[in-house]
Amino acid sequence: MKKCTLPTAFPFQAPRPRLPSGIVLLHRTLGFWTALVFGFLYLPIVILVVYSFNASRLNILWAGFTLDWYVRLLENGPIIRAAKNSLIIASISTLLAVILGTVGAWLLHRYRFRLARSIQTLVAIPMVMPEILMGISLLILFATIGFNLGFTTVIIGHVTFSFPFVLVAVQARLQGLDPALEEAALDLGATPLQSFWFVILPCLRPAIVAGALMAFTLSMDELIVTFFTRSAASTTLPIQVFGLARVGLNPMLNALSAVFILATVAFVLFSAYLRKLNHR
Amino acid sequence: MSADASAAVPSGPDRRPPGWRAWALLAPMVLWLLLFVVVPAAILFVYSFCERDEVGGVIFTFTWENYQRVLDPVYLRIFLRSIGYAGLTTLLCVVLGYPVAYYIARAGEQRRNQLLLLVMVPFWTSFLIRTYAWITILKQEGLLNGLLQSLHLTVTPLSLLYTPTAVVIGLVYAYLPFMILPIYGSAEKLDHALVEAAYDLGAGPLRAFSSVIIPLTMPGIAAGTLLVFVPAIGMFAITDLMGGAKVPMIGNVIQNQFMQARDWPFGAALGVVFMLMFALTYVLLQRRGARLAA
Repeated sequence: MKKCTLPTAFPFQAPRPRLPSGIVLLHRTLGFWTALVFGFLYLPIVILVVYSFNASRLNILWAGFTLDWYVRLLENGPIIRAAKNSLIIASISTLLAVILGTVGAWLLHRYRFRLARSIQTLVAIPMVMPEILMGISLLILFATIGFNLGFTTVIIGHVTFSFPFVLVAVQARLQGLDPALEEAALDLGATPLQSFWFVILPCLRPAIVAGALMAFTLSMDELIVTFFTRSAASTTLPIQVFGLARVGLNPMLNALSAVFILATVAFVLFSAYLRKLNHR
Repeated sequence: MSADASAAVPSGPDRRPPGWRAWALLAPMVLWLLLFVVVPAAILFVYSFCERDEVGGVIFTFTWENYQRVLDPVYLRIFLRSIGYAGLTTLLCVVLGYPVAYYIARAGEQRRNQLLLLVMVPFWTSFLIRTYAWITILKQEGLLNGLLQSLHLTVTPLSLLYTPTAVVIGLVYAYLPFMILPIYGSAEKLDHALVEAAYDLGAGPLRAFSSVIIPLTMPGIAAGTLLVFVPAIGMFAITDLMGGAKVPMIGNVIQNQFMQARDWPFGAALGVVFMLMFALTYVLLQRRGARLAA
């Protein structure tokens, strides 16, 4: 849709009507409101991070800068163990999610499957389904087939809700891909597998990396599904944090939160960079 | 396969019918979804008609008893309360988030990208950590009470945490980014010529907002509602942390049936009712979105 514009050199152009003051006022109010809402979103996080460096045990008064809470965090056995579990679970489930998501996106894009629409709907369900429902239904499944809860069950849960995000990210990238690329590869004698591996996959790399980051972050942060599918040995970091936060205030949690927030900021910035690559 | 074939179907790639290899490659994904999404939901449904034995096991029979218990005033009230809290949360998220989403969508490109990044950080930060941030502020020995006491505004610390207000703050704080992003999505697509047309036809800002902007961004509000309303109904962790045991929600009751009370059939029945509510909301919002798009 192209908008018609008058040529700027038009001799009798009427002066551009000034916006009614009401609209200007509205725009200013919107800006002010936006600033307030960002304040609401960021103030608690900033306070959380700032007080992770406070020497006194959660007092409004500043008692001096310290890294003590971070040191104690590193010395806390259960937290470190949970962090290791989280990293293991997130790594394995990200790997599986990337494989399932990328292959699935490519096949659904490339071939005319019967029931393709139903499959696409099925893929969307884990993304919108309330986590508690996924958690209890997986718990019941594992109990019914007599599968003991542990790392495997947690990873299964994480893959289930994270691979659709990879699939959707890769699908979006595929939509913008020139079909001639694959045809050229095939014409030049590549097998479909070779053309996927050497031509398509490299083009999809930014989307795959973005999807993998998403899957990893979702897995690292997940509480609810993990809550129902874990065993004591496969406790993850969010489960540990939930337990500690229930008990009360703990500056160590501030320190841990600050680490998480820093990681999230890095993730968001890197994703924005990847999006730029994607649009190129 | 020639260029003509793909030119005849300009939308989308030149798709082939799948051979057995393609089906074999797709099979793991489809099986995964069937095994870990469809089958568990079916088992949940079956369990909801079973009975529990004394030790928390499950007896496979057919009974409506669990659903009769769901209709018990105690649980009905909890359901209604959850819907009320989730509804209030959704409403507050729209009121707080809509102007922000609209402002971002109308900003210049560079500023828009910066503001979007600012929404992304809380969006991707674990809700658990963001809830803990509010605990440090609201708790009896927390920062807000400390501030009030040091300013001599209060002598005895106020109990701010474990109140309905704290629960709503926690929910709104957790879900607000999930409302801003979808509304931004549809506000960005909004053709501003239509708004200008409304102004030219003599509409004031409020009139233009209510009869042009809101209807055109309704799909975004609907998508945001799906991301906020339904999850907020079942979110037990935030109500647990911010409300203590004082304001149990349906999520807390379900969680309790599966963990402490070990009455899985009843928990399954509650889960099935919640799932029906989820499906109903989904269909209603989809239909509304489709009608507006038409």
